[in-house]
Amino acid sequence: MSKIIATAAIRGANRLYREAGELLEKAIAEKGEGYRFEFVDTAFYLPMIYAMTGFPVKTLGDMRTALGFARELLHEEPAEQIWKPYLGEALDSGMATLFAEEIWLAARTVLGLEPAVDPETGYVYNGFITDTIQRNLGIQLVDGTMPGFAAIIGAAPDDDTAVKIVSELQEKNILTFLSGNVNGNSVTKQLLRKGVALGWDSRIVPLGPETQHTLYALDWAIRASLIFGGKKPGDYKAHLKYQKDRVFAFALVLGELNDIIWTTGAGAINMGFPAVADTDIPVVHPTGVCIYEEVDKEFDHSKIVQKAIEVRGLKIVVEKPPIPVSYGPAFEGERIRKEDMFIEFGGQRTAAFEWVRMREMDEVEDGKITIVGDNWKELYEKGGKMPLGLVIDVAGRKMQKDFESVIERKVHHSINEAQGLWHMGQRDLNWIRISNAAKGAGITLEHLGLIFSTMMRHTFRSIIDKVQVTIYTDEKEVTAMRDEARKAYTERDHRLGAMTDESVETFYSCLLCQSFAPSHVCIITAERLGLCGAYNWLDARAAFEIDPTGGNQPVPKGQLLDSRYGRYTGVDEYLKKSTGGAVESLNLYTIMENPMTSCGCFECIIAIVPEANGVMIVQRGHQGMTPAGMKFSTLAGSVGGGMQTPGFMGIGRNFITSKKFLAGDGGIKRIVWMTKNLKESLKEAFDARAAEEGVPGLLDMIADETAAEDSEKLLEYLSGTGHPALGMDPMI
Amino acid sequence: MEQKHKIKSANEAAEKIIEWGVSQGLVTCFERAEKMKPCPIGESGACCKVCHMGPCRLVGANAEEEARGVCGANVSTIAARNFLRMVAAGTAAHSDHGRSMALTLLAVGEGKTDDYGIKDPEKLLRMAAILDIPVDGKEMKEVARLVALKLLEDFNRIDGQLNYAKRAPQKTRDRWKKWGIEARAVDREVVEAMHRTNMGVDHDPDHLLLHALKTSLADGWAGSMISTDISDVLFGTPKPVQAQASFGIFKEDEVNIVVHGHEPTLAESIVDVVSEPELIEYAKSKGAKGINLGGMCCTANEVLMRHGIPTSGSFTNQELGIMTGLVDAISVDVQCIMPAIVELSKKFHTKVISTSEKAMTQGAVHISFDEHHAKESARKIVRLAIDNYPNRTKKGKYVESDKAPVIAGFSHEYIEYMQGGKWRASFRPLNDAIMAGRIRGIVGLVGCDNPRLPASGYFKTLALELIKQDVLVVTTGCGAGVYGAAGYLTPETAREHAGLGLLEVCEAIGIPPILHMGSCVDNSRILTVASAMAAEGGLSDEIGGMPAVGIAPEWMSEKAIAIACYFAASGVPVIFGGGQSPVAASKEVTNIMTNVWYERFLGCLHFEKDPEKVLSLALEYIDMARAALKLKKYEPGRFGTERVLMDMAARRDIGKSAKPHIGL
Repeated sequence: MSKIIATAAIRGANRLYREAGELLEKAIAEKGEGYRFEFVDTAFYLPMIYAMTGFPVKTLGDMRTALGFARELLHEEPAEQIWKPYLGEALDSGMATLFAEEIWLAARTVLGLEPAVDPETGYVYNGFITDTIQRNLGIQLVDGTMPGFAAIIGAAPDDDTAVKIVSELQEKNILTFLSGNVNGNSVTKQLLRKGVALGWDSRIVPLGPETQHTLYALDWAIRASLIFGGKKPGDYKAHLKYQKDRVFAFALVLGELNDIIWTTGAGAINMGFPAVADTDIPVVHPTGVCIYEEVDKEFDHSKIVQKAIEVRGLKIVVEKPPIPVSYGPAFEGERIRKEDMFIEFGGQRTAAFEWVRMREMDEVEDGKITIVGDNWKELYEKGGKMPLGLVIDVAGRKMQKDFESVIERKVHHSINEAQGLWHMGQRDLNWIRISNAAKGAGITLEHLGLIFSTMMRHTFRSIIDKVQVTIYTDEKEVTAMRDEARKAYTERDHRLGAMTDESVETFYSCLLCQSFAPSHVCIITAERLGLCGAYNWLDARAAFEIDPTGGNQPVPKGQLLDSRYGRYTGVDEYLKKSTGGAVESLNLYTIMENPMTSCGCFECIIAIVPEANGVMIVQRGHQGMTPAGMKFSTLAGSVGGGMQTPGFMGIGRNFITSKKFLAGDGGIKRIVWMTKNLKESLKEAFDARAAEEGVPGLLDMIADETAAEDSEKLLEYLSGTGHPALGMDPMI
Repeated sequence: MEQKHKIKSANEAAEKIIEWGVSQGLVTCFERAEKMKPCPIGESGACCKVCHMGPCRLVGANAEEEARGVCGANVSTIAARNFLRMVAAGTAAHSDHGRSMALTLLAVGEGKTDDYGIKDPEKLLRMAAILDIPVDGKEMKEVARLVALKLLEDFNRIDGQLNYAKRAPQKTRDRWKKWGIEARAVDREVVEAMHRTNMGVDHDPDHLLLHALKTSLADGWAGSMISTDISDVLFGTPKPVQAQASFGIFKEDEVNIVVHGHEPTLAESIVDVVSEPELIEYAKSKGAKGINLGGMCCTANEVLMRHGIPTSGSFTNQELGIMTGLVDAISVDVQCIMPAIVELSKKFHTKVISTSEKAMTQGAVHISFDEHHAKESARKIVRLAIDNYPNRTKKGKYVESDKAPVIAGFSHEYIEYMQGGKWRASFRPLNDAIMAGRIRGIVGLVGCDNPRLPASGYFKTLALELIKQDVLVVTTGCGAGVYGAAGYLTPETAREHAGLGLLEVCEAIGIPPILHMGSCVDNSRILTVASAMAAEGGLSDEIGGMPAVGIAPEWMSEKAIAIACYFAASGVPVIFGGGQSPVAASKEVTNIMTNVWYERFLGCLHFEKDPEKVLSLALEYIDMARAALKLKKYEPGRFGTERVLMDMAARRDIGKSAKPHIGL
């Protein structure tokens, strides 16, 4: 039966190769062979061709060469009878298809046809996925909040089924890409008709109306091994093994299949991604190319998602509180506009706060939810706005006072992940909204309590044994409790401020990324948070308490060998062991010698600007040029993959205002260029640090993209502002 | 001779010709086998004729305990010595073939022949890498020269180890080292074998038999492997071809030339020249429509695997081919050429042409083949065949429809490719299929076919029974010839006969359930495949302990004994079917070959006449290996991989062995 698949895959590849060639020639006729092309915001040329062959396609002429690689992979269809083997040939054809599709999409982009626009509705598809989005999602890929990827090709039998399938994927936290169509109908259109929110925030990303657009999803996948895996372009075996072992993607094929779907599927199978269809197709069960089945079928749409997840070998543990709305990170990005809002709390409109408080075991009644306030039900039913004080009391034998803030930060995610609930801010600056739809589904204040008690106990299961929630609604009581909370906040900040690299005995490693970037190890110190910005020292400590064999391990500091550069015997020993000798020594406070390595999901990159005797900092997502002569995407390519690259380093944003920021190189005074975005978002803390360093106006002396995008202009600007770096000791 | 209606060949097309021959009073090996009963003393290994005080025959009720030769040798010594001599002869045959190939490669490298080139430079580079020969910047010819010189060391090195020994899994090599059977070089081991079996030298059966294993390793991991590799480099590494098999491949209106024997060098040149327009014109001038080339025996396998040249079949077909009356010339080189064909050819118009300086038969035309002027020799042979075409008579038994389609060409390289294509080539799917119980195990059904049995009969029944029980069959040599003629080497055979699990694998890849891997020297491909499976992981980490068995159901040649020994030494149990055990006279020797060897090497030899017992023994070894590897118990129709679903923690731990961060 597989012969049918192989035949279709081989035939489809031949067709796509031809079509790509035709479109490419058209583009060349229009623009010329030397026309330079790159997909928007990527450092990896045509990523699939680049990863597989190492050939960087830079011009339309290069595409001709690359299409030649596809031609070498084409085969003849197997004979009717006494056929020769076809599996290897079909997989090669699948790869030819991916190359041809990539060139076809590139040529379409050149001709102004991408991203595709739906002619009926005017809906603009996502098209090519940028490096920035890939890196933005980095931490979610590794910490389990985005455990897998689905590519849905085609259309469900009806709109409601489409919604059901996609909601199930959302609830399982899976990122879903949509492409292809069945006679013009597609899941994208089905969801649009049903008013389902599409986009990165809801984790449903329509790529384009044709099957060939699925390639954008595969281009996203292959960049995981380039960016996080540090695999070399052209080392196709390493890339494909990484994809098979670590990128948990699969395809759901809805509706009838054709040669193009089969051949695209054959390409995906090369990467270890299986496909499950809802029609009666031939199946391929023997394993080994994929981890489990390559091609399977499931007619029951209520089972197809689970089937696909299992066929890919994926385990998804979703803890969901017992509330009447959907729950999961896919709903986290959802906004509630005023007209959709039923009620709101805080946000300068009413008094509000949230406070996690450690209590003794006997002071907490597990699961108890108390709502304090006269007529609170009536007030809530009326909608509009009301005061809200959230006091979450936790107790546990392994609970520590320092973990209060770690748990409290979870309040934000816990609320946001409920569909129709929205949260921002923190502490006494919080702001919560409940939508009309959520109210209609039956959400009450008690559900807020349920969310906390379920999710806190789940997330922090080994440090919290009991959770009790008290919700205050009466203005007076809220303000009174808020005063108590404020005392606690102040005390906490004080303790945290006193926590320095010198004052703690232990640092922590962060190995969370090792599911994607197996050669990188983060060292998190009291004054240096993880480069992804998501984990600070307290988080790591709490994570270790929760799971002693998990992704965060204690690193005893050992002896301080070099106080200027921040070199500790314990850190060196740990790294030597945990990287198998790849990293022998680490200096925490310098960029110049044995600096920290990177996984690929750093928030910012620091790079040395030798001409200016300082460093520049650019954040992920900044698309402009920098004085280092490279854009973020290119710079990022030089720091990922667990390599120490003196002069370049990935960091978390908040490290910039740490006292230990490049302390050995001269600290923040070395910053000569920083994006406007960073300057604005860090202003308050930065100014305070600058004052401590004796240069109160430092922020304005630092250039940004409006002042300079090359080193010449930068120098001009710096001498104009009298930047201290120019007078400091040479960095090199 | 009494005319009973007894089946002589299980190949129906062959049987027709045999019967016709009998009606014509023609005598073939089938009739001679009936007339010439095996000598029971020699057959069981109890006859010693290594000196002229004898021959001594150690027979009698308590021969093993009491009988002694004139010198005092007991049965065990004699049986072991005879056996070792068989291994030495078999090893010599394959290895002399291998040496010719190495010398041909050297000639190409030194630019001394224009008639051959390097058809698979990638394979040559892979060989150079294995042999630690730096290649950067060197021309291919120079690489060829260096590779040839390096491999030639394997024939006459005095001390050290075979170049290719390192292709075996480390644990397999450790066993060789432990038991002192790391082979040094072909000539060294063969000479030592002949020395030790000479009158009055080595008398300890275990000690003699260890040397049999050592000698055979020089065959498998040097002589044969070198032969396979160099043939691939010079003539192309096989990949699947579709072709025809059996007697119907001959054409009534074309000049039929048969290449018979073992070495591919001459046959390749004949393949090259038969399409030359001058020769085709010449054939037409003699009234033929064209030139039709066919193979016989292992030469057939060589040119079938690489060019899809049709095969007229296995060893026992050689006389029958002539009896079709359509063979204008049969060119032979070395090994397995029955002298009978010369005599028989005189009753037809067929010319038998001997070509090797090593192998002459009285009455044959001799055209000496010289690899430095290969095409010239080839043209001479073709012209001679064409000249003979007008001499054809009506005499002969030929049925045009007696032929079957064949898919052949399963080299190590293609087997790896077919499991994942260019990008994902590996042995993972095969190992997975075995682990999941889709494939119960692997059996190599190899070796000669034999006129003493209903020829090819044991081959056919065993294969069908094995594939029905989800055992993947690989075949080489005459076994492959038998299966080709039987029509078993087609993907459709899986649908008709394979068990459900094996069928799923065959359908996924598009393969027949019986894979034709080449000639008898190409058994070396099975060694490298087994090594790759060990390296892939999930099964045994050495060749021994794999759910794999070798069966030579109809063996007759000393080469089969040598092959079986190198498989046993490498870790594969081998079962011989057919006639009497050549060591039956000694229980001690039998015990060493079965139990003692199995303990030491996880490989062993059995001689088992009853084909049903051959089958059950093979399955027993396979299931025993599965159990030892803690694989899913084989159950027909019930297979599949138990899924281990991965959460994030498990995903971080992929490849943790390299990063032992836990516990720090």
